[in-house]
Amino acid sequence: MTVTSAEDMVFVQRVPAKVLPPPVTQVGAIGWARTNLFSSIRSTVLTFFTAGVLVWIAVPIIQFLLIDAVWSAKDPTACLPREGHEVGACWAFIHERIGYFTYGSYPPAERWRVNLFFLLLAFGSGLMLWLDAPRRGLGAVYFFVVLPVVSYILLSGWPLIGLPRVETDLWGGMLVTIVVATVGIVVSLPIGILLALGRQSNMLAVRFLSITFIEFVRGVPLITVLFMASVMLPLFVPPEFSPDKLLRALVGMVIFAAAYQAEVVRAGLEGIPQGQIEAAKALGLRYWRLNSSIVLPQALRITIPNIVNSFIALFKDTSLVFFVGIFDFLKTIEVARLDPKWSGPNTSLTGYAFAAIVYFFCCYLMASYAESVERRLGRADRR
Amino acid sequence: MADIENQHAEPGGNAVEIAGLYKWFGTFNVLVDVNLTIKRGERVVVCGPSGSGKSTLIRCVNALEDYQRGKIFVNGMELSTNLKRIDEVRREVGMVFQQFNLFPHLTVMENCTLAPIHVRKMPKREADALAKKYLARVKIPEQADKYPGQLSGGQQQRVAIARALCMNPRIMMFDEPTSALDPEMVKEVLDTMVELANDGTTMVVVTHEMGFARQVADRIVFMDAGQIVEINTPQEFFSNPQHERTRLFLSQILK
Repeated sequence: MTVTSAEDMVFVQRVPAKVLPPPVTQVGAIGWARTNLFSSIRSTVLTFFTAGVLVWIAVPIIQFLLIDAVWSAKDPTACLPREGHEVGACWAFIHERIGYFTYGSYPPAERWRVNLFFLLLAFGSGLMLWLDAPRRGLGAVYFFVVLPVVSYILLSGWPLIGLPRVETDLWGGMLVTIVVATVGIVVSLPIGILLALGRQSNMLAVRFLSITFIEFVRGVPLITVLFMASVMLPLFVPPEFSPDKLLRALVGMVIFAAAYQAEVVRAGLEGIPQGQIEAAKALGLRYWRLNSSIVLPQALRITIPNIVNSFIALFKDTSLVFFVGIFDFLKTIEVARLDPKWSGPNTSLTGYAFAAIVYFFCCYLMASYAESVERRLGRADRR
Repeated sequence: MADIENQHAEPGGNAVEIAGLYKWFGTFNVLVDVNLTIKRGERVVVCGPSGSGKSTLIRCVNALEDYQRGKIFVNGMELSTNLKRIDEVRREVGMVFQQFNLFPHLTVMENCTLAPIHVRKMPKREADALAKKYLARVKIPEQADKYPGQLSGGQQQRVAIARALCMNPRIMMFDEPTSALDPEMVKEVLDTMVELANDGTTMVVVTHEMGFARQVADRIVFMDAGQIVEINTPQEFFSNPQHERTRLFLSQILK
């Protein structure tokens, strides 16, 4: 513009401009597809390529797992391929052995006890994970005091009250996986917290012991820790108190998980500004109160996603207990798939697919929970 | 206004006595032969250039920093490395920080009642009443159920003052309480502190707010390079500074 009059420089709105609904390219499915799938030639090519790969992978899997699958059969021969008839996953096999996968060799007449345990555990976990639950203190007492005692009596038996003893040798399947994972998770976290605090302690001896423990355990494979717990633990206690096989594996799991938790928690502790600690000290709070009321609530909050992450790893690591002769979920599948009765081309594949689905489902649940907590904390931070 | 006699201060005795204090950070001598006595009911402002050791000095008084030589007495108790003694001293001394340091996961109310409940072993109901009283005194009783993150900087610093007061300390220390605040919030915090001073609380304030020093202080302590260079009344300090270094400092900040 070359000529600028006074009228061009000044503007006063006489009538408000009209607000219009968004154009169709901006909203709804078309808008979404345009911005996310076909925004440029390159993204269009990538969209089709990805769709192609998905189809290429997914179709045979669906074919095998669902369409050609044998869902139920009285007779294992139903899973054998016949002429002119493709045979997919043999779900009938899973269906028949599901009891074994869930309870191991737990006596069938006593399996209601395991079911009850699952229920009690699910209830307790629900209470703990539901952050807005009323009376959380009571929930914690139930989960950390009542549940372990009741579960132990329920699962091991107590002849005095009419529950026959069930040796842990008979435990197996999902029961063992869940017991090992839960005990590992619940016991390792407090030990990990103590180790993390110990690592930052002013007392040299405490710090030295914590660091030694953490670094030693972290520098060794889980299987080694399990073998050591299995073989060495009996050497330290008199033979009449020799802990049973499952307990030894549990100890190994807890030791291993605690070292990792310690490092996860330490990262959280280091995220707490020094000023928080100084303010608490200046108010006269002592070490334990300072940590339990000020440092840990904040540190654990920011570490929840990482803690859950290590829980997921731990849950999958439980399958290693079969190295010390314990029949966890994966091991029961491993045993059952070799059963000559169900021998067929797809039995093993079906077993492994089932294991993958179950593990994925459990881990995905944990990850989703972590994500929801993270989102919630994100909101809290923006408060 | 800065008149000791008409205040209902406790009679006699020294609130803080610092004698021959030396401190090193590594090999660097941050506090060099510091001697300072603060009487009960007295308001002392500590000023000086950055890095002169003012904050370090008051942090030594409630054992947030250790020191290598010299003695500190708080209300007649000698500070030592004994944890029990440190606890006793910290209960006597309230501290307000530059960065507020409120506990973000606790409500304003919980921030104030935490120490009375767990350190003084006060019943919750009593602690709540106490917190309400002090929150009213710093003029934010309506914010009690909010979280620190929902408050402005000035409000947060006033909560921090209330939190310290809830322990009924004999001495209040302020470590640059207005330095982290937006300019328009400085006044509300200073007003709160002036009121506190008028109530006869023993106060040690590290600050660059010279207006506050002039209005409230009984004495001004000027530090440079870890040493106390001059201690004087506000009138003398501002109109007739004795030390060369003080004059230079004042000429730079009072343009």
